[in-house]
Amino acid sequence: MSAAAPHAAARAALREVARWKPAEYAFWAATAASWFLLPGQHLLLNEIAIFALFALSLDLVLGFGGIVSLGHAAYFGFGGYAAGMLAQAGYTDPLLGLAAAALASAALGFVTSFLVLRGSDLTRIMVTLSVSLVLFELANRLTWLTGGADGLQGITIGPLLGRFDFDLAGHVAYAYSLVVLFVLFLAARRIVHSPFGWTVRAVRGNALRAAAIGLAVDLRLVGIYTMAALYAGIAGALLAQSTQFVSLDMLAFHRSADLLLMLVIGGVGYLYGGMIGALVFKAMQNWVADITPEYWQFWIGLLLVLLVVIGRERIFAGSLVLARRAFGRRG
Amino acid sequence: MAAVLTNLFDGIAYGMLLFVLACGLSVTLGLMNLINLAHGSFAMVAGYAAAVLVNRYGVPFLAALPLAFLVGAVLGAVMERTLYVHVYRKSHLDQVLFTIGIVFMSMATVAYVAGSAQVFIHLPGFLKARYVVGGVSMGAYRLLIIAVCGVLALGLQFILARTRFGSRLRAAVDDPVVARGLGIPVDSIFTIAFAAGSGLAGLGGALGAEVLGLDPGFPLKFMVYFLIVVTVGGSSSITGPFVAALLLGVADVAGKYYVPDLGAFVIYTVMLVMLLWRPAGLFTRAGGR
Amino acid sequence: MNAALEIVGLSRRFGGLVATNDVSLRLERGARHALIGPNGAGKTTLINLLSGVLAPSAGRILLDGTDITALRPDARVHRGLVRTFQINQLFADLTPLTTVGLAVSRRLGLDRQFWRRLGSKGEIVDECVAILERFDLLGVMNERVGALPYGRQRLLEIALAIACGPRVLLLDEPAAGVPEGEREGILAGVAALPVEVSVLLIEHDMDLVFRFAQRISVLVNGSVLMQGSPAEVAADARVREVYLGEEVHG
Ligand SMILES: Nc1ncnc2c1ncn2[C@@H]1O[C@H](COP(=O)(O)OP(=O)(O)OP(=O)(O)O)[C@@H](O)[C@H]1O
Ligand SMILES: [Mg+2]
Repeated sequence: MSAAAPHAAARAALREVARWKPAEYAFWAATAASWFLLPGQHLLLNEIAIFALFALSLDLVLGFGGIVSLGHAAYFGFGGYAAGMLAQAGYTDPLLGLAAAALASAALGFVTSFLVLRGSDLTRIMVTLSVSLVLFELANRLTWLTGGADGLQGITIGPLLGRFDFDLAGHVAYAYSLVVLFVLFLAARRIVHSPFGWTVRAVRGNALRAAAIGLAVDLRLVGIYTMAALYAGIAGALLAQSTQFVSLDMLAFHRSADLLLMLVIGGVGYLYGGMIGALVFKAMQNWVADITPEYWQFWIGLLLVLLVVIGRERIFAGSLVLARRAFGRRG
Repeated sequence: MAAVLTNLFDGIAYGMLLFVLACGLSVTLGLMNLINLAHGSFAMVAGYAAAVLVNRYGVPFLAALPLAFLVGAVLGAVMERTLYVHVYRKSHLDQVLFTIGIVFMSMATVAYVAGSAQVFIHLPGFLKARYVVGGVSMGAYRLLIIAVCGVLALGLQFILARTRFGSRLRAAVDDPVVARGLGIPVDSIFTIAFAAGSGLAGLGGALGAEVLGLDPGFPLKFMVYFLIVVTVGGSSSITGPFVAALLLGVADVAGKYYVPDLGAFVIYTVMLVMLLWRPAGLFTRAGGR
Repeated sequence: MNAALEIVGLSRRFGGLVATNDVSLRLERGARHALIGPNGAGKTTLINLLSGVLAPSAGRILLDGTDITALRPDARVHRGLVRTFQINQLFADLTPLTTVGLAVSRRLGLDRQFWRRLGSKGEIVDECVAILERFDLLGVMNERVGALPYGRQRLLEIALAIACGPRVLLLDEPAAGVPEGEREGILAGVAALPVEVSVLLIEHDMDLVFRFAQRISVLVNGSVLMQGSPAEVAADARVREVYLGEEVHG
């Protein structure tokens, strides 16, 4: 064997980790096809795409950064309010709103990330929870600004790119959300396979050692947390724009809890988990809504309990493992 | 001045109630390191049970209190043995998911059985009396709360510090493996601690139904309050959570009275500041690791 | 000339316990220095102080004459002070290749790159392969670290430190827990370190210590009992009593 063989093998191995798997092509092909094949479902699908983005954001924090957050709705709602207020103020261009929401939520994420740097899981859970509660109370009390419990009224969103008006069937909205989701996914995918992404994994895996190989642990977490907040803000803005409404509900605790469930259904740490989970979650919600809409919460609770007691892997009968393998999660 | 003292009095009653409600959590969360966000569910279910007993079956209010304790304790023991045992060793994420699941299920179940409106317990006439001492108006009901909770706090302190059970509990928590080796029945001690904590929450839920308001949103509404008591108070003694609960009670009552516009904002902010002020040390006892 | 690493009057208390007591020590450039002492003598605590995991109660640490006492752990690594751990501290979900790749990227200042793929730069791969080869890890470079046999993890523990490009390397019992048959591989890795790297080795195995070290410091109850050449240490009655004696009888 020549001396070049190990080099080639190592290069190939590193390339392989980041290579697009067939299942990924299939996933996005199916996603794109849904726009053409399911025109009657665009409203629902739009919501799924938005939650997929939101869950992708939580995956960055939890799956890659290792931070258990119980208040991720803070950034979702903040982005929603930012986009909504901008539109209320007369700046109705959707992309402008998206950018504003991204900036606003990223700024909030950056500032609050310093609060979750240290401490146990428990401290972080409580800090993230408190941040979202504080924000909720603020939105609830600053009625003159946020409309309080009534939410932001009278939002009108201009046409996308100055040409495509948002329609009631959600055709434009779904296409818009899908493209945003895809672009942000691509960016996230690049980032998690970059040296920065690997350092974030290293910090989650062992912060003591990460520091001992010269990584500034805090900066990594601040970075990934801020990025995740940006994603969540964009997701919130998408929801605000496509429903032309922003309410306190966007900041509510159950949002954060539902989000955790979505991510956990699909599995953490390989980017697709949140998106698959959002799909499964919304599909279930839709299905239960046909039978007993009032007691949806009960079934969610039961699912959470079973998920933990029986074990996530066992419930989904290996489909999780298969999905991970298909979409490629290798260390 | 009298108004201030009256508020202080109400705040103390509220705080002592919070202590009784949350002290079980300080054992499970602070000592057993189990993130139990569903602690309030036990209080709610027992509170509802007491309401049914009193309102429908005419059980005297005072007699319903021990029964509420029993409901909470039995429920706690059963849940601990059947479900919670599976999550002691799981990750914190799993514990969060699991206990949120319990919260959601209990909320939906209570809403299904009893409706989503707030439920009141008929208080006996003598608890509606008010006494004015030196201009301070004190309700008999709140006096009862203070008396019951005060006795319970002293009793707890005694049990934990002076009895064999207390020392065994501390040993089991410090190092379950060693404790097991010494022949201490760690599992049953955990069950008893969990059940007692749930029982106290149940008693608190019944006793404080009028102050707290019983509705299906109870577990979520008070989750944060309980967490604050444990966070701020720490878990190395009973005194910490007790003081924290009193402060929280007084601050909350005063906040609602003097700055009603801010609502719970003050409390949440205080919690955040506390968390940041003593980040890692909150749940680790001094020197412990 | 400045010493590669100089410790001046370093102390650390844990409550009433003085784990490090007024320790002073010089590591010349290219030194092969061993630190020995019975269990609980404070050897690991000293490494924790040097690497910045713990803050000293008193004393100073100089690296190449620069005071680094107040620097964060990662900043010390940037200046070439790298350590290994007595108990493996690895990234269980990564592979040896990505683990080492990460450290090499960091050293080359590419760790903040977030757009290009890890390993897209050829020189990183070259270095990874060289390091993995040196520690006989090429065959398992794509396995999950957490699933590797203990001996391999031990090797990776050192390989990872080497990947950081140390100028001063602190090795905390590199062969701890490794069965007799596998120790040689680790020793070979340590012996093959470039001569310009200054090494401080903690080790209980006296054979290894005497083969490796040009100079030995003996730590007892947090204090330096004596320092000297291997011959001086071996001849010292106090050392025999507190340390070597214990070895023989225990
Ligand atoms: N974080 C800490 N808190 C309290 N005491 C500590 C801490 N770290 C170490 N110690 C104590 O300091 C003393 C020295 O411990 P250290 O681990 O440095 O010894 P060592 O020489 O490395 O021993 P060994 O050969 O067993 O590895 C011990 O008594 C230990 O219990
Ligand atoms: Mg040691």
